[in-house]
Amino acid sequence: MAAGAPVADLAVMFGQLSLVSIGGVHTVLPELKRQVVESHGWMSSADFAALYALAQAAPGPNMLVSTLIGWQVAGLAGALAATAALVAPCALLTFLVAGAWHRFRDRPWRRLVQDGLMPLTAGLVVAAAIVLSEATAVSIGHALVTAIAAALLVLTRLHPLWLLGAGAALGGAGIL
Amino acid sequence: MSDRPPPTLAALFWGFLSIGIIGFGGVLPWARRMVVEQRGWLTPAEFTDLLGLCQFLPGPNIVNVAVALGSRFRGPLGAVAAVVGLLCLPMVLVVTLGAAYSAMRDQPVVARATAGLAAAASGLVVATALKIAAPLLGRKLGIAVALVVVVAIAGLHLPLVATLLLLAPVSMALHRLVPRR
Repeated sequence: MAAGAPVADLAVMFGQLSLVSIGGVHTVLPELKRQVVESHGWMSSADFAALYALAQAAPGPNMLVSTLIGWQVAGLAGALAATAALVAPCALLTFLVAGAWHRFRDRPWRRLVQDGLMPLTAGLVVAAAIVLSEATAVSIGHALVTAIAAALLVLTRLHPLWLLGAGAALGGAGIL
Repeated sequence: MSDRPPPTLAALFWGFLSIGIIGFGGVLPWARRMVVEQRGWLTPAEFTDLLGLCQFLPGPNIVNVAVALGSRFRGPLGAVAAVVGLLCLPMVLVVTLGAAYSAMRDQPVVARATAGLAAAASGLVVATALKIAAPLLGRKLGIAVALVVVVAIAGLHLPLVATLLLLAPVSMALHRLVPRR
């Protein structure tokens, strides 16, 4: 359980995740869920999945799931602390690295770093897909929605918002 | 860099504000449209190079794009203007949505709709995973490393930071020993 100072806990947790979220927030989803649901006990697995879905359905980057989690755990202060803690460390790093990276773009080690990190990023996002799908596949119907939505997104140029809307409509109508 | 004068702080703020509010389910395509096609702040090649860096650095890609672009044109203040522009309205919207969800979550229809929405949202992540993993096809070493990560994180629920600190150097060393053909 949270030990009295959830705002500080939120800031520490998102601050750490910020610096390892290579490739975006998707890559840290399993760790985020593990800490929010298991370590801190702030919410259930289903609530976590619902908040992530809301962050995806809302306009703006998916990293706003940090705003939602912070707000859910500790109100406005939590929302601001969580978002700032997720943004500030990686923003500072980007600020420092952006210039240097441009200068070194032909060096061989840059290629090695990219080749070495790429499978890690891919593995992390696959892990995120598995962990999140486990949480949302509450019935065979829900699992089918996930599979069909994924297939349509890979195979067609359909806008994701249509799929989110269709999922919500099917669920709301009690078909799933 | 294009010949145009660099955008002002206000232009950076409003430019990223515009992508913040329209970017449903992934903001990067909108960012490219605004930065390259509408405002002409970068050429297509410059944008691709910038994006390559931002995808490799930790953090949400779009936030890194905002930081790198804002600081390139207007220094630290430019970075702040771009990031605040990007996030201020979506933060208000997402919290409003969250509040509405909390207020109505006990209604059966809202709970069912949210479960359906969440299942579809998982599909978005699955599709992203497939697209990101696709370039690994045919690269045995890359696939092996990715599988170790999947088992460690999704199967064994190992902590992310320790796993990455261990595997990143190992992966880079292996890729050095087995060069890509």
